[in-house]
Formats: sequence, structure tokens, C-alpha cells
Amino acid sequence: MVASDIDRGHGALNDKKKRYSAFALARNAASYHQDWQRAWRKASPKASYDAVIIGGGGHGLATAYYLASVHGMKNIAVIEKGWIGGGNTGRNTTIIRSNYLWDESASIYEHALKLWEGLAQDLNFNIMFSQRGVLTIAHSEHELKEMSRRVHAIRLNGIDSDVMSPAEIKKFVPCINIDQSIRYPVMGGFVQQRGGTARHDAVAWGYARAADDMGVDIIQNCEVTGLRRKGRKIIGIDTNMGFIKTNKVGCVVAGHSSVMADMAGIHLPLASRPLQALVSEPIKPILDTVIMSNAVHMYISQSDKGEMVLGAGVDKYNSYAQRGSFPVPEHMIAAAVELFPFMSRLRMLRHWGGIVDTCPDASPILSKTDIDGLYFNCGWGTGGFKATPGSGHVFADLIANDRPNKIAAPYALSRFETGFLIDEHGAAGVAH
Amino acid sequence: MLQLPCPYCGPRDELEFSCGGEAHISRPLANNKISDAAFGEYLFLRDNPKGVFLERWRHASGCRRWFNVVRDTVSHDILEVYAMGSKPRRTAGKKAYNNSWRRTTAAEAAAVNK
Repeated sequence: MVASDIDRGHGALNDKKKRYSAFALARNAASYHQDWQRAWRKASPKASYDAVIIGGGGHGLATAYYLASVHGMKNIAVIEKGWIGGGNTGRNTTIIRSNYLWDESASIYEHALKLWEGLAQDLNFNIMFSQRGVLTIAHSEHELKEMSRRVHAIRLNGIDSDVMSPAEIKKFVPCINIDQSIRYPVMGGFVQQRGGTARHDAVAWGYARAADDMGVDIIQNCEVTGLRRKGRKIIGIDTNMGFIKTNKVGCVVAGHSSVMADMAGIHLPLASRPLQALVSEPIKPILDTVIMSNAVHMYISQSDKGEMVLGAGVDKYNSYAQRGSFPVPEHMIAAAVELFPFMSRLRMLRHWGGIVDTCPDASPILSKTDIDGLYFNCGWGTGGFKATPGSGHVFADLIANDRPNKIAAPYALSRFETGFLIDEHGAAGVAH
Repeated sequence: MLQLPCPYCGPRDELEFSCGGEAHISRPLANNKISDAAFGEYLFLRDNPKGVFLERWRHASGCRRWFNVVRDTVSHDILEVYAMGSKPRRTAGKKAYNNSWRRTTAAEAAAVNK
């Protein structure tokens, strides 16, 4: 289990003028909100950095933040091809939980959940973290038994998790259909009350603002075109803004990890697949928790704006196109309508896809490589958002100390040689 | 929706197919001699290109036969379809086949030199 004494860093934005607060809101209201300072500087690359993080999504920005605040590495940069949080960070369904089966997974996801609790204070940014509970439903006797086993394993790791009967589920989620006559009836479920959601964009912005405040350069519209090395050592990166000298490079580029690995001449066990999500028109509050179902394959929550947010599994073939194929949303809507009959009259407003890097054991890779100074944080597949703070925290530690800590060690690339896989298909195959 | 040209049944919707992932992966026959690293490479490492990709598909709800497809993973264009056991003939597929790192792996060498 994770030690509770996590070094969260020294917090950000100690300058009172820059801090967000009710007073700042009032002060700025007096000037018609014309004087808010930029959340982060528009940086252009310096000639050299102590470390460069490639990828300005949640995980990359969190890595930079913890490198600066925990490890005191402030001469660093985050390089982003597009804009901050424009990739999977802004495309996921924002679900957070730590109810994983294996000890290694419990350790990293619970580490993340503990960082989520209090992250808004750490970053001085309202990330709208809401521990509204995550309820996973079973639709068969067998699934329910497997779920009870999972619940016990999770509880042994000190993580909250409770089995619920159909009646308890109906009480918890009044709009759900627990009629036993439907094709896949609700037989029970399990809930993690500490799970929930957060505003995904705010997570990227909060980390970016806090990292920038400590001097981290956040460079957008900067695409990496090559990794330069001398023998087995990284000496810098080539970008569309020129060469940047550095001897530590952390790649946190999700679906494009294989493309980066190709530049380095190494190979990863990843497949890049589209993961789709969609939102409905906004309606009045009806669902105040997160519902997931592995058997009928979908997960759903209601955003603060009132939209129903739906997601399901990955498409069945590799793609870099950021749009998915039609059968997946059709399937997830069919599943949603059976569980929540009122949804049949809802119109869907937006639909999109993000390219996720799926790993053979459905667990991430946090690893050094054969090349000195080149580190990869990838393979989060369909469930990376929930791990954002934990992933950044341990990856920063790996980069700063050039050795994995206890939490990161099982996630090394070498597991695909030794066979010590962390098989989380049961927990991670669907629900994010 | 993707439409795939099954070489035996003609063009059908993707719903009728299952995707078998990367094509042309050789199983190391002398697996008692091969290292753990090389066997891990065969088991887990996958080509994952942004662009031309050689992959296997099966017409699961049709003739149930396997075949190879050359597909662009960005545009989803199907560039070529060819039979199992053969190699791509057109330029894009040929180039992808010959330039793949897969052609130089220990597993490939072990399979070729059995």
C-alpha cells in the first residue's frame, strides 16, 4: 500500500496578487475583469534545459509541476505540438477511481487519488473535483461473484469499495432501470464512494499555471521532429522551433508514443486506437454519480452543465485519425438506453475520438529505456485521466533520480521480457 | 463506417470483420534457443505506424477466412488486399514491408533460418 506521507510539493502561487480567491474575484470585478493576468507565459524555447517533457497533456504538465515543486528542477520545458490539454486530456470522460485488482495498480491509482484529494488547494485552481462515487454494475451471477472477489482484493489494499444489491442501487441511482425483464438485468454492483469526476481542462490549466509560476517554460505549437543522441545518450531534441539541448527527455505523448519511439529507434508494445465519447444536450440534474457497466459496455455521468457524458471501449483497429467508427457509439447508446430508458428521447450534441496507447496487459509503462536520459510514460490506454497526478508524481521522481521508485518499478518496459505483467483487463478493459 | 473488400466475398461493412492486428509476425521456431528478450519481442512488441500499416483481418461473419490488408492509419484508406502467406505487391505496402524493423528481429531470423 501507498504511504500516506506523499511529498505533494510546496504548493503553488504564493504571491498573493496572483492567487485565485474570492477576494481576487471581487477585486477584479471592480475593474470589470479586464486585469486578470495570463495563466501562463507565452514561452519560446531556450537553447538548453535540464530536462524537456514532450507532451503538454495532463500527465506531461503534472510531471513538469512535480519536477519543479518536489525535485527543485526549474530549468525545464514542456513541449506541446498543439495546444495545452488539446489531446486526450480534453477528450476523456473525466472519471476518477482507484478500485483496481492488483497491488501494483492499487498502489499507483490510489497514489493518484490521494493527490487528487487536495489538488485544487495544491494548484490554487478549481479543478471541480467531485467525489460523487463510481458505481460498477454486474449483469450476471458470475459477474457479481467476480466483483465480490475484486471488492475484497481492493479492500485488502485499504481502498474503499462496497458491494450493492439491486435495491440499494435503485436507492443510490433512482433513474436506473432494475427491471429483471431486460436483456442484461442489474444483478448488483460495487461502488467506490471516493471516486468521481474532475474538470479535465482545468487539470491541464491548473498544472500549467502552477508549473509556469515556478519558471517552467510551456511551449505550444512546437512539434518534435527528431531526438538527437550521442551513442546511447540523449543530447537534445530537434523541433520546428529549432534544436533544444538537454540530456533528459520525458516522452508523455499517449497515442503518439510509438511515433516518438521510432525516432529513438526503439519499439514499444503499444497499439494506438481511437477511444470515443459523446455528450447529450444539457438536462436538469438527474444522475449525481458515475455508472459503469463492463457487460453492456458503457459508462455514464452527468456534467455540471447538465450534459450526459458517455463513453465505451476502443475501436477494434489501429488509427491515428481522432475519429472513431460508427458501431461503437451505436453500441454504447443502446446500452445506455436500456439502463436509463429516459435517455431514448435525448439528443446527442457532440461526439469525438482520442487516440489512446493500449498496452497488452492494460497497464501503463513508466520506464527508462536503453538510451540514457530517455524516459517513457505511456500505455495508459483507455484509463489515463484518473491517474494524472500520480503518473506525473512518480514519473517526475523517475526523471529526477534516474531510477524508478517503488510505485513505478513494476511498470518498467522490462516486464515484457520477464513476463511479470500486470493484467488489468478486468478493471481497465472498459471503465474510464 | 469502414468498408473492407473481402477478397472472397467482395466489399462489406467493418461489422462483419474482426481485426487481427499486425501482419507478418514470425513465430520463432527454435524457441528453446531464443532469448527471453527475443521471445518477448515476438509476443508483445508491435509495429504501430502513423501511416501505412500491414494488418490481418478475418471475415468473421462471412466466409470466416483470413487475409492481409494494407491500410493507412491516418486516412483509413485501404491500399491493397492480399492473401495470407503472400507479400504486398503495390509500392506503399512493399515499402512498408521491406522497411519494417520486424524484418531484422531475432524471431524473424530464427524463423527464416530454421
